[in-house]
Amino acid sequence: MKNNGREAAMKYVFFASACVSVGAVVLICIFMFANGVPAMGKIGFGNFLFGMKWKPELDLFGIFPMVMGSIAVTAAAIVLGVPVGILTAVFLARFCPKRIYPALKSGVELLAGIPSVVYGFFGLTAIVPLIGRIGGGSGTSILAAAIVLAVMILPTIVGVSEAAIRAVPSGYYEGSLALGACKERSVFFSELPAARSGIVAGIILGVGRAVGETMAVIMVAGNQAVMPRGLLKGVRTLTANIVLEMGYASGLHREALIATAVVLFFFILIINLIFMLAKKRGD
Amino acid sequence: MLRAVVYASAGITAAVIIGLVAYILYMGLPNFSLSLFAFHYSSDNASLFPALVNTLTVTLLSLLLAVPVGVGAAVYLAEYARRGNRFVRVIRITAETLSGIPSIVYGLFGYLLYVTTLKWQFSLLAGCCTLAVMILPVIMRTTEEALLAVPDTYREASFGLGAGKLRTVFKIVLPAAVPGIVNGIVLSTGRIVGETAALLYTAGTVAHIPSSLMGSGRTLAVHLYSLWSEGLKTEQAYATAVVLLVFVLVLNWISGRLEKIASRGKKNG
Repeated sequence: MKNNGREAAMKYVFFASACVSVGAVVLICIFMFANGVPAMGKIGFGNFLFGMKWKPELDLFGIFPMVMGSIAVTAAAIVLGVPVGILTAVFLARFCPKRIYPALKSGVELLAGIPSVVYGFFGLTAIVPLIGRIGGGSGTSILAAAIVLAVMILPTIVGVSEAAIRAVPSGYYEGSLALGACKERSVFFSELPAARSGIVAGIILGVGRAVGETMAVIMVAGNQAVMPRGLLKGVRTLTANIVLEMGYASGLHREALIATAVVLFFFILIINLIFMLAKKRGD
Repeated sequence: MLRAVVYASAGITAAVIIGLVAYILYMGLPNFSLSLFAFHYSSDNASLFPALVNTLTVTLLSLLLAVPVGVGAAVYLAEYARRGNRFVRVIRITAETLSGIPSIVYGLFGYLLYVTTLKWQFSLLAGCCTLAVMILPVIMRTTEEALLAVPDTYREASFGLGAGKLRTVFKIVLPAAVPGIVNGIVLSTGRIVGETAALLYTAGTVAHIPSSLMGSGRTLAVHLYSLWSEGLKTEQAYATAVVLLVFVLVLNWISGRLEKIASRGKKNG
C-alpha cells in the first residue's frame, strides 16, 4: 500500500516537472507583455513601431530603424551563409571521403559551440579592420555583422540540411543513377528537391538565431540608430538597442527598451511557428 | 562544375573553422601571463581568475536547478504520458518555444522577475535562475531522446521480474540512458559558459568573486564583453577568448565521446 502511494506521488512529481516548461513560457510572456505593452500604448503603437527617430533624450522612441537593421543584417547573413551551408551539407552527406568526414564534422560542431562574444571579438579584431581598409570608414558595418552571423548560423544550416539529405530514401538517388544521370545530377536534381522542406526548416532556424543574436552583432555593427544606408554603413539591431541602453535607462525609456524586446519576442514567435509548420510538412 | 562548387563550399567552411581557431590561438597565446590568473582583479592586471571561479559557480548552480526538473519532465514525457495526449503536445510546443527564445529576452525576463520584482539585485543567483530556464529545453530534449532509445525489452524484463514502474524507471531505464543525459548536461554547460546577453542584466558585471550568491559577479564570457566595452586591455581579452575556446574544445570532445558510448550501447541492446 505504502509502495502504491510512492508510485502515485512520484508520478505527480514527474508531471509537475513537465509543467515547469509551460509555466516558464507563461511567466516570460506575462512579464514581457506586462512591462512592455503599456509603453507601446504611451508612445503610440504606430509611433513606436514605425517611428523613424530613436532619441530617448527627446522622448522620441521610434524603433523602425532597428527593425530594418535587424532585417538587413539577417538577410545579408542568410545570403552569405545559406549557399555555403547547404553545399557543405551536400559535401558531407554525399561527396566527403571517409577520412575527412570526422574532422570536418567535428569542426562544424565546434563552430556551433563557440560563444557569441568570441565571434564578436574575432569580427572586431579581424574582419572589421579588413573591411575598413578595403571599403573605407571604420569598418563596423552591416557587412561585418553579416559575415560574423553567416559563420554563426553555418553549423545550424549544415547540421539540419545534412540530416534532411540523409533522410531522403536511397531509391531517389539510385533511381536517378539508373536512368543514366551522373552523380552530381542525381544529388542536385533528385535528392535535394526531396530534402527541400528539411533544408527550409534549417534556414528558418538560422534566421531565428541571426535575429536573436546580440553580443556578436553589438561588437561589429556600429550601432548607429539610423535606417540601413548601405552594406558598408553601420546599423543597430533590436537586440543591440536593448543591451546598449538598458544599463542606464529609466522611466519611459526603460519601458520602451522592454517593448523593443516584446517586438523581438514577437518576431521569434512567428519564426518559431513557421519553423514548426515547415518541420511538420517535412515529416 | 557542380562538384567544383560543392568542394569549394566545403573548402570555405573548413577554411573558416581553421582560420577562426588559428587566429584566436595565435593572437591569444602570447598574452598569457601569471598576472592573468591573479587571485584578485585589479584594473592593472585585468585578472580573469575571479571570472573563471564565477563561471564554475554559475554553471554548477544552474545545472543543479535545471537537471532534476529537466530529467523529471523527460521521464514524464517518455515513460508516463500517453502518446497523443493534448497536454503533452502543449509541453512539447512550450519546450520548443523556450529553445527558440533569444538569450537577451531571457536576460530581460530574469531582470524583470528576479532582479526587480523579487528584489534580488544583480546577483549570481538571479543569473543562475535565468540560465536554468534557458537550458531546461536542452536537458529535456536530450534526456527524452536517451530514454526513448532504451529498448522496451528492458522495461518488460523489469516488470516481468516483479518490479514496479518507479523501480523500473530509476533502476533500469535511467541508468541505461545515462550517457545521453550526461551529453545533455555537457551541451548545457557549453551554453552556460558562452552566455553573455542573459547574464549582463541578471548577474551583473562586477569583476570580483562575490562573498555570497546574492552578490554580483561576471563570468568569463561577460568578462570578455566588459573588457571590450571598457575599450582597454585587448591583450587580456585575446587571452580570455583562448580560455573560452579551450572550454568549448574540451566540452565538444567529451560530447563526442559520449555520443559514441551511447550509440555503442544501442547496438548491444
